[in-house]
Amino acid sequence: MPTPAELQERIRAALPGADVTVDDLTGGGDHFRAEIVSDRFEGLSRIQQHKLVYDVFGQEIGGAIHALSIKTSTPGATP
Amino acid sequence: MTNDEISEFIKQAIDENRVMLFMKGTPNQPACGFSARTAGALNALGVQYAALDILPDPRIREELSGLSGWPTIPQLFVNQELVGGSDIVMEMFESGELAELLGVEQPEETLEAEPEPEPVQRPIGLENRLD
Repeated sequence: MPTPAELQERIRAALPGADVTVDDLTGGGDHFRAEIVSDRFEGLSRIQQHKLVYDVFGQEIGGAIHALSIKTSTPGATP
Repeated sequence: MTNDEISEFIKQAIDENRVMLFMKGTPNQPACGFSARTAGALNALGVQYAALDILPDPRIREELSGLSGWPTIPQLFVNQELVGGSDIVMEMFESGELAELLGVEQPEETLEAEPEPEPVQRPIGLENRLD
């Protein structure tokens, strides 16, 4: 079962320099919430930003990771 | 139905409905909180939309995600373009961008987690051709 720390690490590895926070929403190890601030998102649409994050986990989304809620922003953007 | 037929059906649904929501359950009986919130946002805006429940056949989700490149449900399409899943739709709803995209007025009260109980509940299933 994936842990928030593991997900956090994997997102950081894929998006170097990103500020990543992952919470386990239910405590059950399958519903996660990720907040990511990265300059890699600069100039991308929300769809493209979220896809970058989903791509880190590929087939695991909907599988081991039942739900991953994502909030993305760039360092310059107001929250 | 073959996978190709399912894929064709999905493409047709996206082509024929300006606002097309793929969800778990129906707007009246959503089967997942993310789908409920997304349908709730559309209801709160009072827009007409078509909704398709992806649960009856697992291949619907597989084919849909294959087409859209988006792994999760719900998925909202407006004018044949993927707008996003529940996170993006809710962000856009709260900021007023969704109302703008759909060409409607932003309601005065912004809904939180609970969908408005009353508003328009027309759309269920694909028989409901809207245009």
